[in-house]
Amino acid sequence: MQNRSKDIILKVENVSKQYQLGIVGTGTLINDLKRWWYLFRGKEDPFLKIGEANDRSKKGESNYVWSLRNINFEVNRGEVIGIIGKNGAGKSTLLKILSRVTSPTTGNIKSNGRIASLLEVGTGFHMELTGKENIYLNGAILGMTKSEIESKLAEIIAFSGCERYIDTPVKRYSSGMTVRLAFAVAAFLEPDILIVDEVLAVGDAEFQKKAIGKMKEISSGTDGRTVLFVSHNMAAIENLCENLILLENGRIVKTGSTKEVIAHYLTSQTLKNIELAHVSNRKGNGNLVFTKGEVKGMETQEGFAETFKDFKISLSYHLNLSDKIKQFRIDIGINNYLGDRVAWISSDTVENDFDITKNEISFTISKFPLAPGNYTCNIYSEINNEVSDWLEAVLSFTVVEKDYYNTGKLTPLNQGSILLDFKIS
Amino acid sequence: MSLAHNKENWKFIISSKNNHLRFNFREIWEYKDLLILFIKRDITTVYKQTILGPVWYLIQPLFTAIIFTIIFNNVAEIDTGVIPPFLFNLAGITTWNYFKDCLLATSDTFKSNQHIFGKVYFPRIILPLSIVISNLIKFAIQLIIFIAFYIYYYYKGAGISSHSFLFLFPFLILLMGLLSLGLGMIVSSMITKYRDLFFLLQFGIQLLMYLSLVAYPLSLIQQKLPQLSWLVEYNPMAHIIETSRFLLLNTGSFSLGWMIYTVVITLVTTVLGLLIFNKTEKKFIDTI
Repeated sequence: MQNRSKDIILKVENVSKQYQLGIVGTGTLINDLKRWWYLFRGKEDPFLKIGEANDRSKKGESNYVWSLRNINFEVNRGEVIGIIGKNGAGKSTLLKILSRVTSPTTGNIKSNGRIASLLEVGTGFHMELTGKENIYLNGAILGMTKSEIESKLAEIIAFSGCERYIDTPVKRYSSGMTVRLAFAVAAFLEPDILIVDEVLAVGDAEFQKKAIGKMKEISSGTDGRTVLFVSHNMAAIENLCENLILLENGRIVKTGSTKEVIAHYLTSQTLKNIELAHVSNRKGNGNLVFTKGEVKGMETQEGFAETFKDFKISLSYHLNLSDKIKQFRIDIGINNYLGDRVAWISSDTVENDFDITKNEISFTISKFPLAPGNYTCNIYSEINNEVSDWLEAVLSFTVVEKDYYNTGKLTPLNQGSILLDFKIS
Repeated sequence: MSLAHNKENWKFIISSKNNHLRFNFREIWEYKDLLILFIKRDITTVYKQTILGPVWYLIQPLFTAIIFTIIFNNVAEIDTGVIPPFLFNLAGITTWNYFKDCLLATSDTFKSNQHIFGKVYFPRIILPLSIVISNLIKFAIQLIIFIAFYIYYYYKGAGISSHSFLFLFPFLILLMGLLSLGLGMIVSSMITKYRDLFFLLQFGIQLLMYLSLVAYPLSLIQQKLPQLSWLVEYNPMAHIIETSRFLLLNTGSFSLGWMIYTVVITLVTTVLGLLIFNKTEKKFIDTI
């Protein structure tokens, strides 16, 4: 917050965006006439019902939702800011407003530089045009002038790795190549503020690495481009952004350093433990349904654990099948805050005479090795070789930071996912 | 935070309260390269992977003119004076086609480009503008065909000539371009809410053709159906086509009064189109 280096390039003031629910007041003329005909016969407006059913907020009489509500933030020149949040939190709406695709219902956005957006790579690609022609067209759509594109053409082609196909129509390209080419064009854009949405979710691992590297180069170059970045790829977010904005239901719930906000996001995002019956995002045939789950260390509260102490994950479930159970397994995968798998345990890999009809199972892990941080579990069950219930990113827990080595010194947080019990001599 | 207040000279402001009357012409100029690329794209991609390619540009007016000649002149016996009926019809069709193609394409601006408009910002008017300009190329090719037949009939001794004010012909093209642009922008803005309009337009434009003097001279309807000739007279396209034939073939009539009327209607339509388009482009992505 030193005033010396502070140069605000983008200022978002009180921005709100309202969307109308259902088709009330919009729709085609036919719908309008239909509504009029219903009302004429003294019946209920057929479209009002749709509006009410869609109502997300608890305000029953309102036909409007606020996709964004009173958003305020500032971005300094050269800053790389990430925007995260659940689906429907308003991230894309915010980016759409910033990139001028749609305008806000209230509020202002003040900017001191050219904004270019990269909401989806390959916008405006024409399948019949060659790669080179598409570089020009796409570049111009993104706001570059012809001479700007010309001066960077060689670099763009080289970066895309599509030299051989550059005079072939894009319709002959593989989807991966199209994406590479599109990203390459976008990567060489030179606006003052670049808006990026989910582009890194494409391409193979090698290209993703290249893309992240390029994004990093863009944001850390001497002219320090300002980047606003939306992604579900936490690794990319963590890698690129200094600060994050966390959106929830159209409001900013937290801003701050990347680590802090990601931690907050991941713990607030999972359902609070215990009740698993209400989780809607699940796969499987339902022969077994998890109802409750509890994770806790031997000496901690629910949802917390300590390294090197015993740790227990308990699950309750219902069985809904009449067939004989010939085979079953229950697995738990533990993910770190980036969503990467750090450990996996399964009823299948241990010697057991466990009786599945007990409707509950506990996994006790002795000398829990995971390092301090936030984790979530995936729970998976299989009966007679069919998936019966599969939940992802539930049962979050935090391994608390403590003086595990009894020296008063801590292992830095970014030094791996496990702590080792070791001696030196 | 305090610094922000000292520094209120922003380069641009995106506000909820946009002034629909303010057109940013400088911005359009900044995007001229995009305009040129869109025009190129429109021209080069239409007939890709076709055998006849741009020949299609010629086939359509030629065959229409032949059919018109058979129906209107041979069967219905419309008199075109000294002008060979085929040439008379070709002149009308060529001019009318430019208007029709521009109007149909510009009316579809928002609907057919929503995937681009939903992702990137650029002045939306670039697209209808590119359509009106790229159709000019098609129009030029069709005009060459007209000229070829003109020369053919001239040497066959058909006794045809063009008007000495032929140099004013580009002015008519400009009028048609503006009229179709304006109308197209109005329709495309309304289509974002009422999709029906597109179907109405496709059908309506067929009907409008019969009211636009494509296949008969103004004098004919004034003579045979004087009580309904106002339908044609109030249609600006009728005057554009009548005048274009007046310039190209020195046939029919020219009325300065009706030409002023046409210019006024065109300008009003264009300004209205710009206004509505400008208002719609900011929010249409929410309703389309």
